[in-house]
Amino acid sequence: MADKERKASGLREILVPLGATGLGLVVGAVIIMTIGENPLRAYAALFYGAFGSLDRILGTLTRATPIIITGLAVALPFKAGLFNIGVEGQMLMGALAAAVVGSSFRGLPMLVHLPLAIVAAMVGGGLWAFIPAWLKARRGIHEVINTIMMNFIANAVLAYLVVEVLRTPGEMIPKTPPILSSAVLARFGDSIPGITARLNMGFVLALLAAVALYYLLWRTTTGYEIRAVGLNPKAAEYAGIDVPRRIMLAMVLSGLLAGLAGAERILGFGRTLFLGFSPGFGFEGIAVALLGRNHPVGILLAALLFGALSSGGMRLSFATDVPSDIIVVLQATIIFFVAADQIVRAIIFPKKKGVA
Amino acid sequence: MQPILEMRHISKRFPGVLASDNVNISLFPGEILAIIGENGAGKSTLMNILFGLYQPDEGQIFIKGEPVKILNPNQAIAHGIGMVHQHFMLVSPFTVAENIVLGAEPRRGLSLDINKAKKAVSEVSHRYGLRVKPEATIEELPVGVQQRVEILKILYRGAEIIVLDEPTAVLNPQEIKELYAIMQNLTSQGKSIIFITHKLNEVTNISQRVTVMRRGKVMGTVATKDTSPAELANLMVGRQVLLQVQKNPTEVGNTVLAVKDLVTQDLTGEKLLDRVSFEIRAGEILGVAGVEGNGQTELVEVLTGLRRAHSGSVHLNGAEITNFTARQVKERKVGHIPEDRQKRGLELDFTVQENLIFGFHYKPPFAKHGLLNKQGIAQHADRMIEEFDIRTPNSETITRSLSGGNHQKVIIAREMHQEPDLLIASQPSRGVDIGAIEFIHRRIVAHRDAGKAVLLISPELSEVLSLSDRVAVIYEGQIMGIMNSSEVTEEQLGLMMAGIRPENYHPLEERSPVHGR
Repeated sequence: MADKERKASGLREILVPLGATGLGLVVGAVIIMTIGENPLRAYAALFYGAFGSLDRILGTLTRATPIIITGLAVALPFKAGLFNIGVEGQMLMGALAAAVVGSSFRGLPMLVHLPLAIVAAMVGGGLWAFIPAWLKARRGIHEVINTIMMNFIANAVLAYLVVEVLRTPGEMIPKTPPILSSAVLARFGDSIPGITARLNMGFVLALLAAVALYYLLWRTTTGYEIRAVGLNPKAAEYAGIDVPRRIMLAMVLSGLLAGLAGAERILGFGRTLFLGFSPGFGFEGIAVALLGRNHPVGILLAALLFGALSSGGMRLSFATDVPSDIIVVLQATIIFFVAADQIVRAIIFPKKKGVA
Repeated sequence: MQPILEMRHISKRFPGVLASDNVNISLFPGEILAIIGENGAGKSTLMNILFGLYQPDEGQIFIKGEPVKILNPNQAIAHGIGMVHQHFMLVSPFTVAENIVLGAEPRRGLSLDINKAKKAVSEVSHRYGLRVKPEATIEELPVGVQQRVEILKILYRGAEIIVLDEPTAVLNPQEIKELYAIMQNLTSQGKSIIFITHKLNEVTNISQRVTVMRRGKVMGTVATKDTSPAELANLMVGRQVLLQVQKNPTEVGNTVLAVKDLVTQDLTGEKLLDRVSFEIRAGEILGVAGVEGNGQTELVEVLTGLRRAHSGSVHLNGAEITNFTARQVKERKVGHIPEDRQKRGLELDFTVQENLIFGFHYKPPFAKHGLLNKQGIAQHADRMIEEFDIRTPNSETITRSLSGGNHQKVIIAREMHQEPDLLIASQPSRGVDIGAIEFIHRRIVAHRDAGKAVLLISPELSEVLSLSDRVAVIYEGQIMGIMNSSEVTEEQLGLMMAGIRPENYHPLEERSPVHGR
């Protein structure tokens, strides 16, 4: 019987996030109705805002790009049994490195400068993750506490450097000097007329990262060991796997991904770094990974959903009386239902009694 | 006499499996009824139906002749049915009294009336002769006493019908004896007991009647005094079982494992292993007997690279391997069947094929340059499934869904496929059914016959004696003595397991063996 439950669980793996999304939209509809608006009209506006034209679709993809990467960055250590809350801070450090390297070294050819800036960003994120990784693996200090603290430090360091050291002279708001043309990730809008969305090559990098993560986890011995550590560290130890090293690796690789997210924002999207460029992409990544069940494909879809909600939200508040804050409510409700998956299961599979 | 409990024509279907197939059982007042069967025979399903966790598709339950419907555990308790699960359901940091009254607390206003609770608990424990201190916290109690708390918990709720689900699995021989005494005491006070087990000797020791189950069906119910272990075993597995392992004398070869003055300590400096020395030669099985918790776990951990030795040495085929890492030990062809297969031996959420390469996953033919070779892994899995008779729908099934016996076969297949020079088998037959035990025993003996060395650790004396060529007894981290298994008696071993060395023991009259067969 346990066998049958297993088979069914594969289906549920997909149905639970879908069900959670559906339930989230239902709750959102109720709230919209209490505001006195027609939920169908509101959702239509939301959909139009997200997918109504090529430019809007690209806008949605643009908004999804950083959270695809941060979602992957959360999922990888999760597979090793770790909760990296510090993706945000690691991304900030990556962004900082990208901003510094991308705006320096005038005269370098793009072939050298762009990869250098991307690698610098990834190393920045990786180093920031290495500290909590080492503390966790060698000293047993809980990574959730560590990484949260590292977020605060990253914020403070970034604020100091951008305001006091890197600030472009003569600018009203503190921001770093512009990224040199030899270090930018090309925007698709540059070659397609009429496109304002700032979708850039970083999106392609995000897709590649998803493929790479899948490949790492299920095709390499390293991924096999990371998954073994995450599911049962005692057994992993028995099998001769160096558990602390795998923990550190998963964490540092996560930091590299977080840094890549920073690179996309700075080199592709913003082309400069100003404080507050991230509305919390690292934390959104946690939600995306949760909704995507820590699977690269799931994360792509979840990031697309969250990206669509965010980019469609503006249109929603123009076209209707519904404030765009409803988007945050929707995201929160969806995550609530994903976390409380028992509720979703009870609604989707009402008759399965006795089968836990 | 009217049965206190009857389950008539019970059938329960799960997708693709008939877990209970027209099952009839009856339980008389003051009786101990044993239900035996292999893992997956349907014992647990039946008890879960009785306890209201599952609803039967067909059939009815009668209590004292009255038909009843049991929709949930609370209703089962209301009908006087109490269940002691194999894994205890106790809150460790709580006291005995708090645990016993949990869910049915005496209250004073809004708060727990702890004095009343303590009084009620000591009353119940007095009446049934189950001695426990109500103030003790669960975590400071040995397992045997924790089990007593579980029994008290259901007695406190007024249980008349007591279901014990494999209660002896976690107990040492002394605690088993005490449990038997408790069971007899309970039945003498009119309670009725259903005793679930798959150990034949326990059935003959304690029950009045036995119901044998196989594949969801009742194969028969017999009076214990009219049957024999051999007959029960046949009913259980449906074929003749070799309870005695056939073993031919072999030539022993060179020393494979040499352990000298091995010492390991815990964090407080207490010695868990104290100057342990022994040798195993090729073509030999050395059994380590002893009550669980006397250093067996630590010995295996030190030998397999999972724990550091503080002093002493380990040599394998003449080369030193003291304090090698787990991987280094494996690389030198040491196979290890760990005592806790769920915690150590398997990744339960991996597929069967992933588990079959666990620990060897980084080497050809399973991997090359850090990339897994899907084809090599799948082919290896199919070979192992065939050779070791692993019952699984296919090699991509999640391991968790297999039965305990098949879990163990996965581990054995993995650890034996490289034909290790030394096989360390720790409690290889723990919690697996008779058919699988027989298979495992034959495999271990075949390994020895092939000229390899085997270190066998087991708290089951009969297992150690029937498989080993020589037996070492471990007590509080020390080896009490090593003897040829053909020359040693269970009585001698029993004394050594209790810490009495052979040289200073004088046989007394009327001393019974510590552990009955």
